[in-house]
Amino acid sequence: MELGNIEKILEMYFEASTTVAEEKTLREYFAQDSVAPHLEQYKPMFSYFSIAKEEKYTKQVPLKPRVNYYKWLSVAAAVVLTFGIYFGNEYQESKRLEQEQAQLAYQETKKAFELLAENFSKGTEKVAYLKEFEETKQKIYNNN
Amino acid sequence: MKQTEFLNVVMPFKDKLYRMAKRLLVSREEAEDATQEILLKLWSKNESMGEYKNVEAFAMTMTKNFCLDRLKSKQAGNLKLVHSNYTDETTSLQKQLEAEDSISWMERIMEELPEQQKMILQLRDVEQYEFEEICELLDMKPTAVRVALSRARKTVREELIKKHSYGIG
Repeated sequence: MELGNIEKILEMYFEASTTVAEEKTLREYFAQDSVAPHLEQYKPMFSYFSIAKEEKYTKQVPLKPRVNYYKWLSVAAAVVLTFGIYFGNEYQESKRLEQEQAQLAYQETKKAFELLAENFSKGTEKVAYLKEFEETKQKIYNNN
Repeated sequence: MKQTEFLNVVMPFKDKLYRMAKRLLVSREEAEDATQEILLKLWSKNESMGEYKNVEAFAMTMTKNFCLDRLKSKQAGNLKLVHSNYTDETTSLQKQLEAEDSISWMERIMEELPEQQKMILQLRDVEQYEFEEICELLDMKPTAVRVALSRARKTVREELIKKHSYGIG
């Protein structure tokens, strides 16, 4: 590109009436090593713009799959609930069984005690006879 | 929209968002945080994203608003200036130093500009957006954009000439 043309575009550039394409030619002109001495001062401007465009956003784009998170939360809740119900039922069942067994044992024990008590009272009946005998014996003693 | 689909849509312009954020916020960390925030916001809106005809413009506007809010908020008070390490292919150390120096000089000149001019310069001279797109993004009239752009470019030129004649670089 001839110098006169560049100067003209540069003039327009500072009036902000250049097109994107014209600005590109300016950048290309100033990117080369041989720049006219009186235009040297503009060089940093255009090389800066080119360098500034090179800068990249290097951080990882942090996209957490938030939507899925809630879905999995509900799945976890469902699993916990199912297990809870299942094991809870089992627990209730075992408790009921235990209670039944305890009841049965209680009944059995009670029966056994009753039997014992019956036999005891039978024993005391017999002892009553013994008492009668003692009384009669005493009477005989007293009479003599 | 699936995650991969979303990434395909977002990947081409995520660097632009970052550069825009960095232009306004200066600090690299701040800009990275802002970009991340914008991307997450976009992701949370991904259901309705098909309705926007231009996702890039939408994201750019979001970034602009976010950064301006951020600058207004008190948190921006502790923004710090971070210099990026630019890699340069020139072999001569002298030349390399000079180039780096003029680049950081340009960076400083850009930082001095008012926010609106910063954004316009970023959009036009760095990202090569068309005027209509800039008008839409910044919600400005075409003439206003041209005036601001011209002013920004002239300010940069003046600063450069000042520096050039002082022979600092």
